[in-house]
Amino acid sequence: MEKEKNSKFNIDETIHRLKHYLPAQAPLKDFIHHNTLHAFQNLKFQEGLEKASETFGYKVYLSLKEYRAIYEKGLVNKEVFNHVISRKTDKYSMEEWTNRLLFQNFNEKIVPRIGKLKEHWKEIYHIDIESMVHPLLFRIICSFLDQGVAVWGFPTTNFGFIKSLAKLEKNSLTSFFRTERARNLLLHGTTDLKYLLKILVGDETLFEQYLFDIQFSHPGWSGIVSVIEEKPETLLDSRKITLLDFICFELLLEIDTLDYYFGEIWSPLGYQLKNKPLSLFADSKYNDLFEVYYTWQLIIEETYYQEVINAILKEDRIEEIEQKSFQALFCIDDRECSLRRHIEEIDSTIETFGTAGHFNLEFYYQPTLSKFYSKVCPVILTPKVLIKEINPDKKIEKDFHFSNIANGLILGWFYTHFLAVWSILKLLLGVFKPSDNSSTVSSFRHMEVHSTLTIENNLNDSKIDGLQVGFTVNEMADRLEGLLKSIGLIKNFAPIIYSIGHGSSNVNNTHYAGYDCGACSGRPGSVNARVISFIGNHSEVRKILKERGINIPDSTIFIGGLHDTAKDMMVFFDCDNISETHRLQHLENIKKMDAALEKNAVERSRRFDTLNSNQNDKVVHEQVKLRTISLFEPRPEYNHATNSLCIVGRRNLSKNIFFDRRAFLNSYDYKTDLEGKYLLGILNAVAPVCGGINLEYYFSRVDNENLGAGTKLPHNAMGLIGVSNGTDGDLRPGLPIQMVEIHDPIRLLVVVEHFPEIVLNTIKKNNGTLEWFENEWINLIVVNPETNEAFMYMNNKFEKMKVFSVEIGCLKNLSKEIKEYKENIPISSVS
Amino acid sequence: MEYIIHFFILIPLVGFLFSLLLNKRNEKLISGVSFVTIGVHFIFSLFFVSIWLIYGMKQIDFKEFSIFRSGNYDFYIDIHFDVITMTFLIVGSLLTFLVSGFSRFYLHREHGYKRFFTTLLFFFIGYNIIIFSGNLETMFLGWEILGISSFLLIAFYRERYLPVKNAVKVFSIYRIGDVGLILAMWLSHHFWQANISFKQMADYQSFNEHLSQHSLIGIIISLLIYMSAAAKSAQLPFSSWLPRAMEGPTPSSAIFYGSLSVHIGAFVMMRTFPFWEHQTSFRIFVIIIGILTSIFAILTSRVQSSIKSQIAYSSMAQIGLIFIEIALGFQEVALIHIAGNAFLRTYQLLVSPSVISYKIREQFYNFVPHQKTIEDSWPKRFEYTIYMLSLKEWNIDSIMYTRFWNPLKRFGNKLNFLTFKNVFIFFFIFMGIGFSLLFNDTLISKELLVYIPTFFAFIGLVSVIKAFTERNSVRLSWSLVIINHFFVALAISFNAHFDYSHILLYLSGVVVSGIVGFLCIQRLRGLEKWVSLDKFYGHSYEHPKITTVFFMACLGLSAFPITPTFIGIDLIFSHIHEEQVLLAFFVALSFILNGLAVIRIYARIFLGPHVKKYHSIAKRSF
Repeated sequence: MEKEKNSKFNIDETIHRLKHYLPAQAPLKDFIHHNTLHAFQNLKFQEGLEKASETFGYKVYLSLKEYRAIYEKGLVNKEVFNHVISRKTDKYSMEEWTNRLLFQNFNEKIVPRIGKLKEHWKEIYHIDIESMVHPLLFRIICSFLDQGVAVWGFPTTNFGFIKSLAKLEKNSLTSFFRTERARNLLLHGTTDLKYLLKILVGDETLFEQYLFDIQFSHPGWSGIVSVIEEKPETLLDSRKITLLDFICFELLLEIDTLDYYFGEIWSPLGYQLKNKPLSLFADSKYNDLFEVYYTWQLIIEETYYQEVINAILKEDRIEEIEQKSFQALFCIDDRECSLRRHIEEIDSTIETFGTAGHFNLEFYYQPTLSKFYSKVCPVILTPKVLIKEINPDKKIEKDFHFSNIANGLILGWFYTHFLAVWSILKLLLGVFKPSDNSSTVSSFRHMEVHSTLTIENNLNDSKIDGLQVGFTVNEMADRLEGLLKSIGLIKNFAPIIYSIGHGSSNVNNTHYAGYDCGACSGRPGSVNARVISFIGNHSEVRKILKERGINIPDSTIFIGGLHDTAKDMMVFFDCDNISETHRLQHLENIKKMDAALEKNAVERSRRFDTLNSNQNDKVVHEQVKLRTISLFEPRPEYNHATNSLCIVGRRNLSKNIFFDRRAFLNSYDYKTDLEGKYLLGILNAVAPVCGGINLEYYFSRVDNENLGAGTKLPHNAMGLIGVSNGTDGDLRPGLPIQMVEIHDPIRLLVVVEHFPEIVLNTIKKNNGTLEWFENEWINLIVVNPETNEAFMYMNNKFEKMKVFSVEIGCLKNLSKEIKEYKENIPISSVS
Repeated sequence: MEYIIHFFILIPLVGFLFSLLLNKRNEKLISGVSFVTIGVHFIFSLFFVSIWLIYGMKQIDFKEFSIFRSGNYDFYIDIHFDVITMTFLIVGSLLTFLVSGFSRFYLHREHGYKRFFTTLLFFFIGYNIIIFSGNLETMFLGWEILGISSFLLIAFYRERYLPVKNAVKVFSIYRIGDVGLILAMWLSHHFWQANISFKQMADYQSFNEHLSQHSLIGIIISLLIYMSAAAKSAQLPFSSWLPRAMEGPTPSSAIFYGSLSVHIGAFVMMRTFPFWEHQTSFRIFVIIIGILTSIFAILTSRVQSSIKSQIAYSSMAQIGLIFIEIALGFQEVALIHIAGNAFLRTYQLLVSPSVISYKIREQFYNFVPHQKTIEDSWPKRFEYTIYMLSLKEWNIDSIMYTRFWNPLKRFGNKLNFLTFKNVFIFFFIFMGIGFSLLFNDTLISKELLVYIPTFFAFIGLVSVIKAFTERNSVRLSWSLVIINHFFVALAISFNAHFDYSHILLYLSGVVVSGIVGFLCIQRLRGLEKWVSLDKFYGHSYEHPKITTVFFMACLGLSAFPITPTFIGIDLIFSHIHEEQVLLAFFVALSFILNGLAVIRIYARIFLGPHVKKYHSIAKRSF
């Protein structure tokens, strides 16, 4: 991949490369799932993982013990097992492969290339430079970036990181340094990276490797600095900082430490080396073990994929529903998969759809009283529209436990004497009778039901911060048209069409943003759902759509709603002014939805060890709700854990199949999109969003300590931007173990219902999307709707898939059968 | 009434012993046992306290039983109950109860679920022993339990580097506190020519007011007690450990460093208040340090950008004020303050993960760029200086490091000629000299004889310094710790009126634990290629059983109250004469260091990132 760099050291190139490999997770409030190893995505999955492991020491697969345990449990399809190894018989025979996979011992110790150069400080100079530099460096950077934990913030933040430090240092009677040289370098602005590296490392061919070594000894902080440099708007209280500045300051601290121990006379590291360590990105040797890992991975994945294909192809296609009681649009999110099934099960005349939860709308949202806008559409889009909430009754609750005053000296004395009774009462209630309060995060608070929104643009309105307030009628029509066509809903409208966004509620959860809607930039989807229903009800919009061939009858109305995926509750917006017939229908529908929500809660509850699912459904549902407001509950919901599948096609393909909440479902009718125009849009979103979620879960699961955030129980909130363990640690990007513990790390399978050649042409239109499939970071199967055959995307083309027949069981009385069972349940039919 | 008090210690003890027997997979039962045990304790406390309040709040004080008696030396358990104990009892029992309820679900699926709850119960035993203690000896018993359970909970995530490193750091500060108590026991034993209770201490002082005001020993005893209290309550100069202790699961940080453990220093000061009440100079000293701590802590707290360290320093500032209140004699104010601070900080820590969503929301609605604080009105130079000093925690941590540990390490490195092979040669040579002198002490001149114990104590100290700084050989380090005990015993043997059974008592625990530890090391060396002290090896990952056995051996060797050596240590001290200050100093320093050396060996071999990196292992900086 990268050529061995013996040429001259180039600062810009090196910094660029560093940023490429550092974690790209934004501050927690903007948590968005992404492929943790995005830096290796230009390579094939297998190659990229091996490279990542070899270079940075990540664990990228399950251990052999874990794979073998899956096999022992009988969860591997023997036919698939043989089929996969039969494709690999160039080097070893089938028997040898079987032996290697099942019995042979391998040394699984990971010996990375990163850190090898830096190690010599310890070996040659006998000095633990990290323990001298890290604590102070972390403290300073955290204080500089801090968004409001500290009462007394960093005094000089306006000048960029290194200049701010210099200013501080200059006007102070004390110093961050112990010795003069480093201090003077900072004060005189001689912080040229090359110059500092000359002092420390000497040998120019080692500069880049040295920088990688020290930055990857604290990837958390370096990563966040790099993200903030790229996207300064991610901090509400903005900071000017560059990775280069950060590195220079770290190098100054290193020089300071060395000067402190050895005086100013010591030889640079590079001149003391007997052998140069292996270059980070030098070509890798063929690694037998990784071949075995990958083969296991393929076997496990294909076992699952075979199940999927059998279920999809086998299912008798259901007839078009004639009289629909209602239609509902949900988010593509895997958490809606089971809810849709329950709704349809309760009333088979209900039709549900799935689409990305921003409902084809891109805008900023400004809640009443707020000083900022939140983006509520996929991160990659840049909206031009602002929608404001108007709610004169809005109140923002406060809690003195988070206030600065409680931590003061004199007022703190007062508080501890007189108000601590309140603390112990809250603690008592918190342990024995959890309730909703100002420390909880509730999806329903994102936009309050009784507020109004400025959805329609008034030509007279002037722009705010360059943003147009509300959509114009034409813009609205375009968006609704796009939405409806992409999901294939262009005729046979039911009397009520619901658009349901989703969000989540939880408490004591630093990763709260990761629980909301990914298509809405990690915010609840309530505003989008409400706006799209407003648009759907707009008479001018309907007129335009009619001209474009979509005739929505007057008897049809849209109602927006929000599904709380943790509480399994729903609210609906703007239902006050609907006609009496609609109102009655709506009340009927709510009953059905509520019944479905309860069933959904019961189904979800089976994964929670601490909850007994065998109680009355109502009781179980109440207990599920309780988890979201319990301070002591680190698992309010399991979020996207176990996700594994994404189906882009008509509901026919997936209806009445039990996917165990593992599938992202995007409605799409190839008949309305024969050239694949809308398909492209869908896949452009599916690949990075669903693929990103899937791979983040994958990597956080297989190497939870390095690619995930470890256990969340000791986490400490740092500067409101990240978490670390304890008070001295590096930031920990990735997902905590409590989110991923039940996840089976397999790559996402995308199933598209269309003709292979159309899909092939479509994915080739966008190189970014193509890369995901071509490099096998996610897999793609196309089901030909006419021949009912499956084709798998392999080696840049679609090949007819070898389908092994797998028994697809039938779950008759769903909730009863599965309640006892905590593991994944095989795909089954439910009719 | 007296009879009932036993239950306050017995209840958690029974719960603890029972929970040791449970299967570590049975979460429900494990946490259930803790929850019920502490719940019963709490309800029992409420009943007891109500009855006690109704019947006139009479102070209770009685001698429980003697553990060891010899001549005028009597190591006995003494129980005391008054309004101070009452407050600590209710606050402690309630908070531990709530935190155990909280942790039942919070800790679900965590590796070490059982470890957490048994350690919590163990801590609770220690806590109760301390608050009910009626003399220094009893308190010391609880004190040791508290120290070790703190170590275990800070190093709860024993497979990561920082928790283990910080646990050892905190343990080292605690060990300094332990020595304060030991020396205080030693001096008070000489002062009264007997082991006495707090009650007797107080009475004695009031009867001899004039005497005590002029007694240097009195002041020194107070200072030593203060040293222990300051170490446990993170007063200056021992402050920097408190934020670093926040490495365990949030509930354990909340109960230990937010509320109970950190207020134990204040308890000790209140308990001994009658003793130093008349020492005006000492009271002024406590007030001054209290003021300094408060100022230092509040400034440092204001610049903390991580939520837990902010709470830690805020709490420390209040504890500074509490110490002032105690020294001023405002007992009731201090008690309310302690309870309030404990309640507030526990809750603040438990909801600390919510701070991100709460403050981001607040910022979203109320953001003011560059919010002015009081410091903005200061002259720039002054402001920046104070800011930077606060950010660096006023160098407290690095001063401890450079002034105390580094010189020790340098000294230890001078002893690199010692190896496992030759160390016993040196040992036998010095021992030989020692014994020949001992049996021929009539031949030595009186003047010289005075220095001999000190000399051998010094040899003992040197050996334990080497043990503490040894970078490679585990066996060498372990042997040197044992050798240290032998030299201490030898040194004391020179003192007159000496009973050899005391030596036997002292060394019995040392020998047994020494051998057990040695066997563990040998066993591990047989199984693993790499067993050394140059870094953390994390062998507990593969060898949990050896880890447990070795840990017990460590406790034994560092005179933890599971072997007779625990009493032996105190006994040994009682044989050091009042004027042998240097001897006492060497033995005390040995005591600090042998505990540290032993814990360091344990940490380096068994804790920290596992050296065989075949599973997911956190980076060092995580």
